[in-house]
Amino acid sequence: MSCPREYQTEAVIIRKMRLGEADRIITLYTPFYGKLQAVAKAVCKPKSKLSGHLELLAYSQVTLARGKKLDTIIGSQTINSFLPLRKDLNITSCGLYLAELVNLFTAEADNIDNHHLFYLLVNTLERLSQGANSHSCLRYFEIQLLEQAGYRPQLKVCSSCHTPLKPVINTFCPATGGIICPRCSFKETVSYSISVNGLKVFRLFQDCDMSTALRLKLTGELNTELEGLIRNYCYYILEREIKSCVWLDNLK
Amino acid sequence: MNQKHKTITDSVSRLISELSKLPGIGPKSAQRLAYYLLRASEEEAGNLAEAISAIKTNTRLCSVCYNIADDQKCPVCSSTTREPGIICVVEQPQDILALEHVGIFEGVYHVLHGAIAPSDGIGINNIRIKELIKRIENGKISEVIIATNPTTEGETTALYLYRLISPMGIHVTRLARGLPFGTELEYADDVTLCRALEGRQDF
Repeated sequence: MSCPREYQTEAVIIRKMRLGEADRIITLYTPFYGKLQAVAKAVCKPKSKLSGHLELLAYSQVTLARGKKLDTIIGSQTINSFLPLRKDLNITSCGLYLAELVNLFTAEADNIDNHHLFYLLVNTLERLSQGANSHSCLRYFEIQLLEQAGYRPQLKVCSSCHTPLKPVINTFCPATGGIICPRCSFKETVSYSISVNGLKVFRLFQDCDMSTALRLKLTGELNTELEGLIRNYCYYILEREIKSCVWLDNLK
Repeated sequence: MNQKHKTITDSVSRLISELSKLPGIGPKSAQRLAYYLLRASEEEAGNLAEAISAIKTNTRLCSVCYNIADDQKCPVCSSTTREPGIICVVEQPQDILALEHVGIFEGVYHVLHGAIAPSDGIGINNIRIKELIKRIENGKISEVIIATNPTTEGETTALYLYRLISPMGIHVTRLARGLPFGTELEYADDVTLCRALEGRQDF
């Protein structure tokens, strides 16, 4: 049986690219089709009925028509445009960082159901726009994203010798995909030390829900430590820099 | 043996290839343009070639506002009737054309040549923000109108500029946002409607 020509989906707009005079290629992250690229025609013109509903970070209900190479967006209605997020430079920048992370960690393929990651993104954008602590939001998102993308770090036992970790300063090793104990740390050339409190927060964020994570106010030092570790781990996985990080650092 | 013959000459093929690099021109349009130029008079083709060559050799960026100019200063910056204390900040030189077409703005411009797009790696060093700040510091500026596009990148740039310029004690304004003329309310998005309500005015 052939697929219907048109289909509808919820989506978050995570990237936009120019196409010709007034068209755009929009990258959508959807709950049941995964990452999609679609053409939005004439969205740069002032009278476009779609443009406002397809702005970066908008959470919209989108109607698409199947095409040979790329699908075309034929209708869109905003579900949540996260209005307060658009009035604050720091929060907008955090939102753009989340969108870039999702874009980098996901592959474009048909019908990849990852509604957990989709709703994680929507909920994080919602919390950010409600004024939640941006440090906790970002760290929780990153740790959960790693899990959803299949890169959950091993935090309970040493990822090299598999012995339970002791409450001492351990080492995070991107190559082994988790924490390694002090005895194994000399084997790895690229590794970063992680404090006892850093490891506790890391473990908590891996297993708790968002509300619990956001009740925790990260100190500047702890946030910097976790941010650095996660960035290094992401760099190891992606083999490239996350461009938005430079901008986030600029704003600090 | 199936041997593929060359069907077009090298010079035509080169022209088609060059034309198809232009925005909005696909291979078929490029082919049509190339064959039109083949049929056109030598003078017409020569004029086009000369105009293309002149755009690269005779133009430069205005030393004040970074708009496209024939001389060191663009026509707006060299005009004596414009108010130099009011700067309108735009993303691209084409935006100046649109604003000048309206014909009610009496101030001068500053072209950023882009907008901050963190995920594309475009930050403050890739657009002409430093030049704008230097210009504000060195001149008697009373107002800066931020006319970046109402997109997420444009808004990010506007918020960043506001953060930089407002502590200097200069009046910073943003172009009003609302419903475009000729559209219908029911198709408007939340952000536009919100801004339109916030920026409503007395009759």
